[in-house]
Amino acid sequence: MSAAHPPRDPAATDGAAGRSHDPAATGGDATRPHDPAAADRDDTRSRVTLQVNGAPRDLTVDHRATLLDVLREDLGLTGAKKGCDHGQCGACTVLVDGRRANSCLLLAVAQDGAEVITVEGLAAGGELHPVQQAFLDRDAFQCGYCTPGQLCSAVGVFAEAAAGHPSHVTDPARPAGRGPVELTREEIRERLSGNLCRCGAYPNIVAAVEDVTR
Amino acid sequence: MKPYGYVRATSVEEATAAHAARPGARYLAGGTNLVDLMKHGVEEPGTLVDVSRLPLDTVEELPDGGLRVGATVRNSDLAAHPLVRERYPVLSQALLAGASGQLRNIATTGGNLLQRTRCPYFQDTAMPCNKREPGTGCGALEGVHRDHAVLGHSPHCVATHPSDMAVALAALDATVHLHGPDGERTVPVTGFHRSPGDHPERDTVIRPGELITSVVLPAATAGLPSAYRKARDRASYAFALASVAAVLDLADDGTVRGVGLAFGGLAHRPWRARLAETALLGATPTDRAIAHAVEAELGLAQPLRDNAFKVPLAHNLACRVLSELAADRP
Repeated sequence: MSAAHPPRDPAATDGAAGRSHDPAATGGDATRPHDPAAADRDDTRSRVTLQVNGAPRDLTVDHRATLLDVLREDLGLTGAKKGCDHGQCGACTVLVDGRRANSCLLLAVAQDGAEVITVEGLAAGGELHPVQQAFLDRDAFQCGYCTPGQLCSAVGVFAEAAAGHPSHVTDPARPAGRGPVELTREEIRERLSGNLCRCGAYPNIVAAVEDVTR
Repeated sequence: MKPYGYVRATSVEEATAAHAARPGARYLAGGTNLVDLMKHGVEEPGTLVDVSRLPLDTVEELPDGGLRVGATVRNSDLAAHPLVRERYPVLSQALLAGASGQLRNIATTGGNLLQRTRCPYFQDTAMPCNKREPGTGCGALEGVHRDHAVLGHSPHCVATHPSDMAVALAALDATVHLHGPDGERTVPVTGFHRSPGDHPERDTVIRPGELITSVVLPAATAGLPSAYRKARDRASYAFALASVAAVLDLADDGTVRGVGLAFGGLAHRPWRARLAETALLGATPTDRAIAHAVEAELGLAQPLRDNAFKVPLAHNLACRVLSELAADRP
């Protein structure tokens, strides 16, 4: 069992001192007898290492924290957006180990060791990713709130289609995994259906994604 | 959300032992439903036992021609698996009809089976719900229930099971393999989910601490013509109003040698349509014979005030899928 590496957090034990007259509960000293209260608190956080946009980031995370929380609040990467926070809107979409995912539903502690790419990591060497450029060229947004999720989702779609993954609108008779799936407009609309745009910029989003496939 | 512990299991035995040792433990796989319910306050785990990295992430061909699908195989990988696509098209189609690309990349086979209803009364802790809090009543019975059950419901619960995948598995006669404190056992998918009865808090027959390790797709239904069709409020990324999974085996003379028909979106469980199947066995699947068979099943329906539309919707879906499968025979 590679249980959670419990973090050493003096603050967690300092808090107990004010609430308890039990000397064992004042904690903070590794040589003291085991203190269940302090251990419980330590049991709620873990150390993780995430590769974020190519750089290793060592963090102590509350077990309740989602990957989205950690990206935005701890790492200052505010590109991924908290829209619905329930996996329904796609604004939080990032790439985890190369696959698009709703970061609002991923607990950060469970992602230890994962490679995460956010919208901030899509551009390389000062050049925008082709889908970023296409969004600019096509004016594929209005308010822009959903755009980071749309971009990361589109990058994930390119990889899935290249690997021959079918979608709901792919011909059922087409075998999986034998050559790339052509990203028609119908395929793009279906594959990006997990990214909502309340401004309704869908026509230009689809056109921008289609540009990249040509 | 209350603080909780977290342990990552590296074997099935470690996972079940960790679960047994910690009060309020819950298994965490993809978490697409569990984490959401924790945010709603519906789930308040004491410890999460992370099973997402267990070595249960492969699809294995069995000597008899069936497939063993590991419990942590992602929905997207299962849908795109060449052997699933080729031999069990209804399963690939059902998976791809569910959720979004992002969610399918996270969600697992075991987790999909164990997902909870999306009934709004269940997800809102301010509302009465016998499934979430037995004895508080059913808010949906006289409330907002357009999306709810028409078959097999009880006065205590009218929720539907939200899975598309499970409907295909029910039609395919798949089995669920479990590992628990008392060892291993196998349950058919058709007997895995429960009707609500007096205990809607129990979605399935899974026992405390048991972990799904795999789902087996039988050789008997491999390669048979099969299809999934789903009706929903928008073209993509919505739960089923009604759905149909069908597997049809025709004899050389064109009569029905075997049939698996299951409905989604109509009941507390994937609804295997045994009456319809019995009516079709041995018959020539004309449009009239199919319609009569489907009517026999849906004659059991007891719609609520606002969801009677589901009965003709399901009827038309089933007739369409079955007649297309019957027409496609080589």
